[in-house]
Amino acid sequence: MYEADAKFDEMRAEDGSVRPAYRDYRNWYDDQKSNVLMRKHRDAETAFRRTGITFNVYGENEAEERLIPFDMVPRIITASEWRRLTRGIEQRVSAINAFIHDLYHRQEIVRAGRIPERLLRDNPAWLPNMVGFTPPGGVYTHVVGIDLVRTGPNDFYVLEDNARTPSGVSYMLQNRETMMAMFPELFTRIPVCQVSDYPRRLAKSLAACAPAGTTGKPTVAVLTPGIYNSAYFEHAFLADQMGAELVEGSDLRVADGRVAMRTTRGYEPVDVLYRRVDDDFLDPLTFNADSVLGVPGIMDVYRAGGITIANAPGTGVADDKAIYSFMPEIVEFYTGEKPLLPNVDTWRCADPDSLAYVLDNLADLVVKEVHGSGGYGMLIGPAASKRELAAFRQKLTARPENYIAQPTLSLSTCPIFTRSGLAPRHVDLRPFVLVSPDGIEIVPGGLSRVAMRKGSLVVNSSQGGGTKDTWVLKD
Amino acid sequence: MLGRTAHGLFWMCRCLERAENTARLLEAGFHMALTRDVATAEEEWRSVIEAFGQRAGYENKHGTYTGHQAWNYLLRDPDNATSVLAMIGAARTNARAVRNAISGELWEAINESWMEISRLLARPLAQNSVGEAVQIIRRAGTVVHGAMSGSMLRNEGFHFARAGTFVERADCVARILDMKYYLLLPSLSYVGTSLDTGQWDQVLRSVSGDRAFRWLNAGRIDARVIVEFLVLDDRFPRSLAFCHTALREELAALARMHGREGESNALMRESATRLSDLTIDGIFERGLHDFLRHFTQANNAIAKGIAEDYRFLS
Repeated sequence: MYEADAKFDEMRAEDGSVRPAYRDYRNWYDDQKSNVLMRKHRDAETAFRRTGITFNVYGENEAEERLIPFDMVPRIITASEWRRLTRGIEQRVSAINAFIHDLYHRQEIVRAGRIPERLLRDNPAWLPNMVGFTPPGGVYTHVVGIDLVRTGPNDFYVLEDNARTPSGVSYMLQNRETMMAMFPELFTRIPVCQVSDYPRRLAKSLAACAPAGTTGKPTVAVLTPGIYNSAYFEHAFLADQMGAELVEGSDLRVADGRVAMRTTRGYEPVDVLYRRVDDDFLDPLTFNADSVLGVPGIMDVYRAGGITIANAPGTGVADDKAIYSFMPEIVEFYTGEKPLLPNVDTWRCADPDSLAYVLDNLADLVVKEVHGSGGYGMLIGPAASKRELAAFRQKLTARPENYIAQPTLSLSTCPIFTRSGLAPRHVDLRPFVLVSPDGIEIVPGGLSRVAMRKGSLVVNSSQGGGTKDTWVLKD
Repeated sequence: MLGRTAHGLFWMCRCLERAENTARLLEAGFHMALTRDVATAEEEWRSVIEAFGQRAGYENKHGTYTGHQAWNYLLRDPDNATSVLAMIGAARTNARAVRNAISGELWEAINESWMEISRLLARPLAQNSVGEAVQIIRRAGTVVHGAMSGSMLRNEGFHFARAGTFVERADCVARILDMKYYLLLPSLSYVGTSLDTGQWDQVLRSVSGDRAFRWLNAGRIDARVIVEFLVLDDRFPRSLAFCHTALREELAALARMHGREGESNALMRESATRLSDLTIDGIFERGLHDFLRHFTQANNAIAKGIAEDYRFLS
């Protein structure tokens, strides 16, 4: 028997009926034999191992490469829900892009007193090298991942904006491949939007951002830190799917004012570099001098208009959790409209009144590090022990500006497949957004991350979370 | 194609070929040792280890030559950087690094072989599992070559991968031959005895050449004819002549694609001319060991030439 423990379950309405988005799926599911499903469940894992769809975990000798648990029950979104999300995401992403441009130019939003100047001053992602420079096509965030959570039929919230180098898109694609291989009949019965052309769209979107001097078809390359990086599979996968070269820093050098890659025929220029290394490692001459992951001198070429770097260096100023709390103001400031997708209420601990509230209500809140990611360094109040609460209380008092706090949302649940049938688990959703001078594109789908443990709110793969296929239904 | 990718493809295939040939050599040693008493078996294991240039490493670790120590050293010892396990691991690491330059089928063939072989070699092997292990390692080679030939685009990457295969195969076959001729017989007076012919039979079997040789030579086992077969017969896919004919074709294809010849093409031509001018009498007059030593050196020089011509490393 399937019983949801959250306020809102994606499959089951409050009155116990199956929600419309899931009706066709549920009818199919009820006709399946459990031993057949069990076998498919095991087959899926074997298939992921064989094709090497793994992620690397640093510092774990035993399991250098781990599988992200894959759950075979899809997360389903109706066409009208998706349309609403799409509009909200487009609005938010264009605001983010305008915001970054403004921050590196006139800083109107600071002058207008809509965000405090210290947010920039204290922002470690701020890059002085970007001041006064406009990247090719005016695009800063070429690829964005917007993390969404849901608490009710019409209540979607943005939990986080990933404007630097969001990962997970290869899982979106591979999860669909796996589902289509395992349950082809489902796709003939239920009209699901395709996601498979994401790599083609990405290639097109990146090429459209090529620098002005590009002649002929732009050469696109994916820059990876190498095979030991946790997301290497994704880097190789995207390069492969786009027909682009997968390069490491040691393959590149600056020559004649261009960034060029060492090929078997000599050095050949690169027009667009989809980099999956952080700003700090991009150019040892400008940033971290010890880094061997980047390319000495690439920032000079970039500023002279010789290459496009995606996402633009310094883009991270926009996805800091302290900035996040200002996103409603930011959206309004640049679009002149009310945000279509709300933020989660956020207390900025830098503000004394907020800090006092947070300290008084710690056991009910989620506290996050402003610059943290991947579910590290956070406190989930309701799940924390007395000792953990006390430890966080100290951290908050010592460095309040380092933290934000949010209410513990009752995230929606979605069924996963378990030995004893369907069981509800908390989920979030990361759609992937492409930005070019030609416009904003969102592939109908995304990565649904799911907590594999009962009651857990942590869905990050580095914390044992799994993924599932995300279906956007056609009308 | 990136120089690093070309390098990765070349070494992916070299490592695979090395793993497979180590297994083949081990199989020959294993069979020879099975038919000997303990004292001579020790000699045979020493020869096997020496043929792959691993005597120093082995003796650092073990004071005696026993089968159990030898096959575990060759197959899986963590101190042996060129063990089968290490080579399969290196092949897979290279394949991961060049994943977007190889077909999905080839990647899966290599990844699955690695998964199976690392499971198989997770613990030391007892005598009764050696035969099965060798079979599995040999089959992995066959599956990978099948996946390559059936699914890979014939672009420069394919030619780099194949060049790696034939450079390494030529090297390994020369080593296997050298082991037999130079190391195994207690003295020259044993030439032609059943010990001698038994060993030659194992050498043939180790390169899967026993049946082909019987077809061609109707039951004769004679050192000269076997050496002629393994060195000069370019119909047999593990002869030195075959490897270098194939290697020359791969390098010629690369030169055509790049519109220029490099150092490796020149070295290749010299080596090919030397081989085609040779007769079996010439080889024996010069001495097989000496011939093989020079062949191996020329082979290594070609490999170095390829790395330089195509900018494998910065």
